[in-house]
Amino acid sequence: MAKTLTIALAGNPNSGKTTIFNNLTGGHQKVGNWPGVTVEKKEGTAIHNGYTIRVVDLPGTYSLTAYSQEEIIARNYIIEEKPDLVVDVIDASNLERNLYLASQLIDLGVKLVFTLNMIDVAQARGQIIDHEQLAVLMGVPCIPTVGSKNEGTRELLEAIVRVAEDRESITRHIHIDYGRELEGEITTLQGSIRAAQPSMDEHHARWMGIKLLENDEEVIKAIEKKPRTKAVLDQRKHSTEHLQKILGDDPETLIADRRYGFIHGALTETLRHTRKDRRYLSDRVDTVLTNRLLGFPIFIFFIWAMFQLTFNLGNYPMAWIDAGVGLLAQFVGGLMGEGLLRGLVVDGIISGVGGVAVFLPNIFILFFCIALFEDTGYMARAAFIMDKIMHTLGLHGKSFIPMIMGFGCNVPAIMATRVLESRRDRILTMLINPLISCSGRLPVYVLIAGALFGARAGNVIFSIYLIGIAMAILMGQIFKRTLFRGEIAPFVLELPPYRMPTLRGTVIHMWERGSIFIKKMGGVILVGSIVVWALSSFPQTVDYSRDYEAQKGRIHQEYAVVIQGAEQEQAAALTEERDRKIAEVETLKKKEFQEKSLLGRLGKGIAPVLRPLGFDWRAGVALLTGFVAKEIVVSTFGVLYQVGGEAGEESESLRAAISKNMTPLVGYAFMIFVLAYTPCVATVAVIRRESGSWGWTAFAVGYGIALAWILAFVIYRGGMLLGLG
Amino acid sequence: MTARKLNELQTGERGIIVRITGTGRFRQRLMEMGFVPGTEIWVEKYAPLKDPIEYVLKGYHISLRHEEAERVLVRGAEEEEKED
Repeated sequence: MAKTLTIALAGNPNSGKTTIFNNLTGGHQKVGNWPGVTVEKKEGTAIHNGYTIRVVDLPGTYSLTAYSQEEIIARNYIIEEKPDLVVDVIDASNLERNLYLASQLIDLGVKLVFTLNMIDVAQARGQIIDHEQLAVLMGVPCIPTVGSKNEGTRELLEAIVRVAEDRESITRHIHIDYGRELEGEITTLQGSIRAAQPSMDEHHARWMGIKLLENDEEVIKAIEKKPRTKAVLDQRKHSTEHLQKILGDDPETLIADRRYGFIHGALTETLRHTRKDRRYLSDRVDTVLTNRLLGFPIFIFFIWAMFQLTFNLGNYPMAWIDAGVGLLAQFVGGLMGEGLLRGLVVDGIISGVGGVAVFLPNIFILFFCIALFEDTGYMARAAFIMDKIMHTLGLHGKSFIPMIMGFGCNVPAIMATRVLESRRDRILTMLINPLISCSGRLPVYVLIAGALFGARAGNVIFSIYLIGIAMAILMGQIFKRTLFRGEIAPFVLELPPYRMPTLRGTVIHMWERGSIFIKKMGGVILVGSIVVWALSSFPQTVDYSRDYEAQKGRIHQEYAVVIQGAEQEQAAALTEERDRKIAEVETLKKKEFQEKSLLGRLGKGIAPVLRPLGFDWRAGVALLTGFVAKEIVVSTFGVLYQVGGEAGEESESLRAAISKNMTPLVGYAFMIFVLAYTPCVATVAVIRRESGSWGWTAFAVGYGIALAWILAFVIYRGGMLLGLG
Repeated sequence: MTARKLNELQTGERGIIVRITGTGRFRQRLMEMGFVPGTEIWVEKYAPLKDPIEYVLKGYHISLRHEEAERVLVRGAEEEEKED
């Protein structure tokens, strides 16, 4: 019979937990989210000694209090899902602080295995750990490992099986001694909890007693919900007051203090330092990378390099995917007959989803760079030197990554908000990120500014970027003061030693995040593309004001006669001329179809709202299609101004048409509107995905439109008053 | 014995943690991270813009903003030696 085990992997951030997870599971993993929250959940399987071991990776935490989402998830999983045992990954080179979480796991009374990871680093630093003695003192087997070299994995698996089968002689249940006064109150609380809940085992009741003294909101809430617990809660109040009175401090502090006391006691027996000098290579590297003078130039260089890699190197595979999508559309289009279904598949699904698929290389390169920053430890330093600036915007030092990436594309930028730990910072960064002009908006600026501002176009475009940044700062300040008051997360940031990343680890890290994009975005993008396609292709039959087909037929006939009678060279020129004339008619027909399609009608429908801004109905339609992707605004103008659908932002005829139809003032207001209004459908989808909330998504869309309208109104009307119109 | 605020320490200066003022999440988080009374802590460096500040305690590096370090009270490390 197949034997199965479920184990949970706990550990501090930066303890090398991910590497241990990869070593145990061979990198094969399922990535998802914990129910209801956007905290990554990873699961994998290890096979050992006839056991199939399911490994669940808990979020990295310093503790198991109820102060953060990650800690609550980790704790609830252990308590409610009852894994067969918990493996705590401990950074052996940072033993004292890592053992704090270990001490809380001991209190929980679950079966445990400790891994002393990065034991090589500890040794190199002259820290000699008597791991056998430590295991005896803790009552938990301690397995030395070197995650980056996959050393100790076998020993770890063996220990897991031994402990699970209750064959481990070291395993014993120890009580951390909290001192006479605290122990007295813990025992009293334990007693009253068991009186109310006789079925509860004594270890768990003791743990609850400790948590009650620690003023743990989750445990208090859980107890309040149960019957007959008033006595317990009264006792808690009494005990807390009693301890406060005789020991002069709150029990929370006393317990943390005693835990460190316990750890200190264990380490005096088991840890020896053979080096007096406590300055390591990592510190020397750091004096350069966060140097007062060099820190910023180096940081800017790294960000520049990441930018270059993401958007320049990414352009090559992007072009291949783009070409591939084009070929696929052509191929599928050739297989299917003219009709609605072909339109849906080719114009709706293939070009819609293909339009997002082209971003995949950018996203994977970006995530590779971010994984590299995180795995080396540079991310924490970048946050360290940037925090002062970001803090004035109401953000965390780590928010700079998403903000910078926004200049490329808001989709990966918003996905990069995952580097932020607090939900408040994540949401705030997501909300203001779309104000950073992404590369998709640049073609629109180039078209309009090029058409209306001539030689000053460059400065005009630059000013739009600056207004975007200024608006991001302003909105950040406003949101910070209104929506997110009071919840400021402390900037308690560990600066882990620099480490050499492994290619395998970094690639796995990149894949974890990138694959979520592939899986989840596909659905929303698909639906969005189909909707816009449908809006622009229905109703199927339009009452044309002219008979375009007949017109085309006449052109054919006219030319047929002349071409036949002409010389070969002349005939070629005439054929070209004929085709151009037919294309003109085709564009006119397309334009009228656009105008009369649902999308066109919508554009005309919203025209009254846009009129105060000086925009005509064409601008309205262009803005509507820009919802799919902002660069589509350019091709829509191409169709609406009858210069052919292939018109790009550099097209002279399109520029001429625009300069006839827009004043520079209207053009400027239009560009500002494009800057601020509703992010594109992919960005909306990713906001929904990352915030986990339709409310915030709706808010992001709504405030964007409102801000765009207000800004454009102020610019247009203000400009008119100043006589600029 | 005079207690000073942690953010008043200069680069390279050492102190012994006396206590953390205030209550709640921030205080608990620092306690868990090893900011317990009697722990030695020193200033590794200030960020290029002077804020935040990098500290070393219990053999690892951590950074705090001025407004946070202000809530940690320390006494001089020399006084500890005298007491020994």
